[in-house]
Amino acid sequence: MAGTAVSGRLAWRVARLAEIRQETATARTLVFHVAGWPGHLAGQHVDVRLTAADGYTAQRSYSLAAPPDRDRVELTVQRVPDGEVSEHLTGPYAIGDPVEIRGPIGGWFIWQPVEPEPVLLVAGGSGIVPLMAMIRARRAAGSRALFRLLYSVRTPAERYYAEELRTPYAGLDITYVYTRELPEGRAGIPRRIDAATLNAVAWPPEFGATTYLCGPTGFVETVADLLLSLGHAAQSIRTERFGPSRD
Amino acid sequence: MRVVTPGFTGRARGNNPRLPPGQHLTEDFPVLSVGPTPRVNRDRWEFAVVTERGARRSWTWRELLALPSEQFTVDIHCVTQWSKLDTRWRGVRVDTLLGDLDTAADYVLARSYGGYTTNIPLADLLGPAWIAYEYAGQPLVPEHGGPARLVVPQLYFWKSAKWIRELRLGTKDAPGFWETAGYHDYGDPWREQRYQGD
Repeated sequence: MAGTAVSGRLAWRVARLAEIRQETATARTLVFHVAGWPGHLAGQHVDVRLTAADGYTAQRSYSLAAPPDRDRVELTVQRVPDGEVSEHLTGPYAIGDPVEIRGPIGGWFIWQPVEPEPVLLVAGGSGIVPLMAMIRARRAAGSRALFRLLYSVRTPAERYYAEELRTPYAGLDITYVYTRELPEGRAGIPRRIDAATLNAVAWPPEFGATTYLCGPTGFVETVADLLLSLGHAAQSIRTERFGPSRD
Repeated sequence: MRVVTPGFTGRARGNNPRLPPGQHLTEDFPVLSVGPTPRVNRDRWEFAVVTERGARRSWTWRELLALPSEQFTVDIHCVTQWSKLDTRWRGVRVDTLLGDLDTAADYVLARSYGGYTTNIPLADLLGPAWIAYEYAGQPLVPEHGGPARLVVPQLYFWKSAKWIRELRLGTKDAPGFWETAGYHDYGDPWREQRYQGD
């Protein structure tokens, strides 16, 4: 069972690409069919393995972007320069092509619809992916846990899931922070998340909210330190960091 | 059965004998931690070894620095598939810390500031392993586990607990944080023991 101890070996399963959704110029969502997929929890990730004709293999970890839906498994992959796996998955990889997937993995950075506490999601760039799985899991389960999403992104064009997040949904408040370029018509200047942003968006520490914070290392370090300085308990902040090598 | 992804060629085949199965090389040093980075003041820092019978030996920061240390260069392998070769550290060997401590323990639970835990057989900590406080000639920064972290190079790097606070010796194996969450109990990268059942 996902989220608790796994018994037996996590098997590599054949996954075939069923659908592609372009998210940005350099990121796409890949929907796979995986026969016998055991299900997963929002926030978990999988290992993906690609094999070349001569037997060479490469594997990388990717966050799941959506809650389980029978045998459908959804990932969003950001192309990284020189990323041998991400360049293939965001390039020539086509409908029907197989890869292998193993998972689900990770029992800490997860959210389950039975949890009633308010939630703060803080995403830096492609760190939105596992948080989007939580937003979608909340909606799919009809959970009434209050969610706030704080999404830091360089430019409006680099937002993932832009259409879906534009649609209002009860109990989910979204705040965007743009670090390089603002949307047309939006007043102010590009900026980074700071103490004032978190004061306005984060739940008061005494609300007992859980914070899920995902993004590049520097981003996560900064936001986590700010939350601590605002009085949030370290135990209430769950983090997932990625560096440039995690392509 | 081999499942070939059409058109996938991958990088040039290095066949680097120092790279365990399923790993790739990285030049930078990614950070993976489950929560905020603990900021531990060196003036209040303390490290302890506790035996299965409750005997406790502890060191302040000054006392740790006064112990014989060594520089060591090792390859590190993260379960998230990156490996970094020839990382250069300074620290105190665990066998120096254990010294002539009277113990019949076979297992160790490493405990960190911030609450992280991980389990390691005692033999692997004598293999050798270190309490490291310098990386690449500089004091170890908090993101990478400073003031001091465990370095057990022959196991996946989650076993090398950051912000180390205590080694608790025991006669029974008790899973730590990631081991409870589905990761392998031992974590040998050369046998690709990433998750339970591997």
